Amino acid sequence: MIDRKLAPDFKAIENINLIKPEHKKLDNGCNVYCFNSGDQELVRIEWIFNNLRFDGAKPLLNMAVNTMLTEGTTTLSASEIADKVDFYGAFLQVDYGYENSLVTLYSLNKHLHHTLPVILDILTNSEFPEKELETFKRNQQQKLQVSLQKNDVLARRDFNKAIYGETIYGLGASFDNYKSLQREDLLAHFKQMYQPANCTLIIAGKIEPDTLTLIKETFDKSWTNGPVAADTSQPELKPAAELFYLTEKPDALQSAIRIGLPVVNRNHPDFQPLQVLNTVLGGYFGSRLMANIREDKGYTYGIGSGLNSFKQGGAFFIATEVGADVCKAAIGEIEKELELLKTELVPEDELSLVRNFMLGSLLGSLENVFSHADKFKSIYFAGLDYDYYDRYATTVKTTTAVELRNLANKYLNFDQFYKVIVGKY
Amino acid sequence: MVKFNRFTLDNGLRVIVHEDNTTPMAVLNILYDVGARDENPEQTGFAHLFEHLMFGGSVNIPSYDEPLQRVGGENNAFTSNDITNYYITLPSANIETAFWLESDRMLSLAFSEKSLEVQRNVVIEEFKQRYLNQPYGDVWLKLRPLAYKHHPYRWATIGKTIKHIEDARIEDVKAFFKKHYTPQNAIMVVGGDVTTEQVKQLAEKWFAPIPAGEKYHRNLPQEPDQHEERRETVTAKVPLNDVYISFQMGGRLDDDFYATELLSDVLSRGNSSRLYRSLVQDRQIFSEVHAYITSSLDKGMFILEGKPLEHISIEQAEAALWEELEKVKNEEIPADELTKVQNKTESTMVFSEMSLLDKAMNLASFELLGDAEMLNQETSRYLAVTAAQIKDTAAKIFRKDNSSTLVYLAEKTESALA
Repeated sequence: MIDRKLAPDFKAIENINLIKPEHKKLDNGCNVYCFNSGDQELVRIEWIFNNLRFDGAKPLLNMAVNTMLTEGTTTLSASEIADKVDFYGAFLQVDYGYENSLVTLYSLNKHLHHTLPVILDILTNSEFPEKELETFKRNQQQKLQVSLQKNDVLARRDFNKAIYGETIYGLGASFDNYKSLQREDLLAHFKQMYQPANCTLIIAGKIEPDTLTLIKETFDKSWTNGPVAADTSQPELKPAAELFYLTEKPDALQSAIRIGLPVVNRNHPDFQPLQVLNTVLGGYFGSRLMANIREDKGYTYGIGSGLNSFKQGGAFFIATEVGADVCKAAIGEIEKELELLKTELVPEDELSLVRNFMLGSLLGSLENVFSHADKFKSIYFAGLDYDYYDRYATTVKTTTAVELRNLANKYLNFDQFYKVIVGKY
Repeated sequence: MVKFNRFTLDNGLRVIVHEDNTTPMAVLNILYDVGARDENPEQTGFAHLFEHLMFGGSVNIPSYDEPLQRVGGENNAFTSNDITNYYITLPSANIETAFWLESDRMLSLAFSEKSLEVQRNVVIEEFKQRYLNQPYGDVWLKLRPLAYKHHPYRWATIGKTIKHIEDARIEDVKAFFKKHYTPQNAIMVVGGDVTTEQVKQLAEKWFAPIPAGEKYHRNLPQEPDQHEERRETVTAKVPLNDVYISFQMGGRLDDDFYATELLSDVLSRGNSSRLYRSLVQDRQIFSEVHAYITSSLDKGMFILEGKPLEHISIEQAEAALWEELEKVKNEEIPADELTKVQNKTESTMVFSEMSLLDKAMNLASFELLGDAEMLNQETSRYLAVTAAQIKDTAAKIFRKDNSSTLVYLAEKTESALA
């Protein structure tokens, strides 16, 4: 008979091996990083650009330019671009982030000679046709109308505005921001930003010699820098003075809560131990917030905490949607949990669970060659190197309960928290 | 090509092993052949509530999540109208922990009153968060009973009403477990950095002692063919009007399933698709429009959905959708267009092989359909579809008297236009 009460032996995670890229530089200044691995005959290629400096008067330009890259060039209409990509079973994505904008191509290797020229055309000849721009503006405004009906969206907008101020991170786009988009602004923005010297190319998958030659041939000679270099500096973060924001919704069944405050970013030595502290509090299913507010009280379907890391700073936040009648009670419980972290040591048993969980997550996040490339992106664009991950593993294994308590006292003071509630309070 | 080995334990548990030594991880996926369609019409939402209770401790192990997180693992689960699926990913060196946890909860749950009470509340909050407190969140609560009059697909997995969740009793929970959570009603897939021999040993050790239980014989009322046009209009606190048209289609194992799925791709997959190009880009009728199928085991739903622009009436919007449907009913799609959707499907299949968890879930689903090997024949099934079959399928499905139309009308309030 087996003893089912007894857990099987387990092993701690020792080695986490990251695939590091091979670096090349094209003559036009574009940096290329290659992750060659995998059995499937396919690649993912990402063209990553630093966004231009945030302009409060025209705050959506970075987003609009990126989103509209597939909407037409001087040689191809939006339909022709879509046709070409879809016909070869490829996937073309544009992704806009606060700091970078991406163009991503997923393609079978055998079709690259058909799909790469489409990307070149997009990166050199996009022209943001007037009709498509009008469609974009109108449809985005319709989507915004739907978003503004969601309490969690409203809470996030208020929270970001309070802690990040007049920056891209703090922006809650308005209908007027969309209405004021002008084609000539998009074109000028595009020309300055989408230059090879402002681009990092990341290739992941089964990279054969032919693949590289083809990419080099397509993107070196025919793609040149313009006269003005991209200005990718960013304004400073300026948190608001007011800490409390309540938007009342008399009919709400649930209230959205988002609370937190500015903290250090990835480049600061406290960031990694803060990740451990965050995991204990609200960073995994078994976290203290989930255990108390979902699994013990049943106030919510989900609650979590997280850390944001941006170039100029970071933030810690807790977010949830709770029954409207238990909003105050939920916030009271959150405060209790923070207080516990500041006054009592995390028990060794819990801490060792969190250590193993975090290392398991890191290992599990390396599912395939694409994930290795993603790990590289996180450090590369923060100006860090692979030591970051070695330090991460060491920090997770060795941060002590005393250090965590000190960190909680240093960073997680409830009185200094920004508090946003949308619904009933 | 996803290679696998397969064996069945004496108690009826089917086990599939997919060896993939390119990863240091392993996956253990268990599919239980029970979904919302197996619920009593007076106790809907039960399969999903039960899924939550599966994490409330088992007969020998008080906490499910804690020991798993302790060995670096993660897990989740989902319930659909057809199945309930649980999965674990963890470092392969610790795979036995997954066997220990999953076998104990297949053996028996702890059936704690406290767990039931808390999960009832959690699911009620989920009901509110996802279905009631969101614009259009209640669409499935309205569209399903319009499209189905007899089959239990007429309710959503969350249940018909919060009342059914509130009324759940521990005796019901025990009975549901006994009826559905047996080895012969489950399919287990173990994938990743494991060997078939190792999985055999572990399966024998942990799962073979579980009693086979009684066989559940499914006998559900099937939905008759539809021969009437159905329609419902609701005025709601939503910012924009929204139109849903659902058509009755065949089940997952019907011969024309593949043609039907490609038909939905022709209409709505990507920016080169017909509805997007014609109705969003060119004619500017909708701000967004989609077509998709539910892929259910019994008769499914083929759904068109679109939010018309503000100056477009519901009648104009519906007429525009129907014009596109008439085109695919009356003219074969050009060869290039067929090749396009087939190529897209083929590369999607290749890309899905990049994910260990996707492979494991797919193997389990196809084994439920009859044979895991069908996964490796999928691409050829799609490539074999002809333009004539797509046209025939369109003509068969897109009939007014096979449609159920749900319209949301935006209640005009000042807050709608901030």
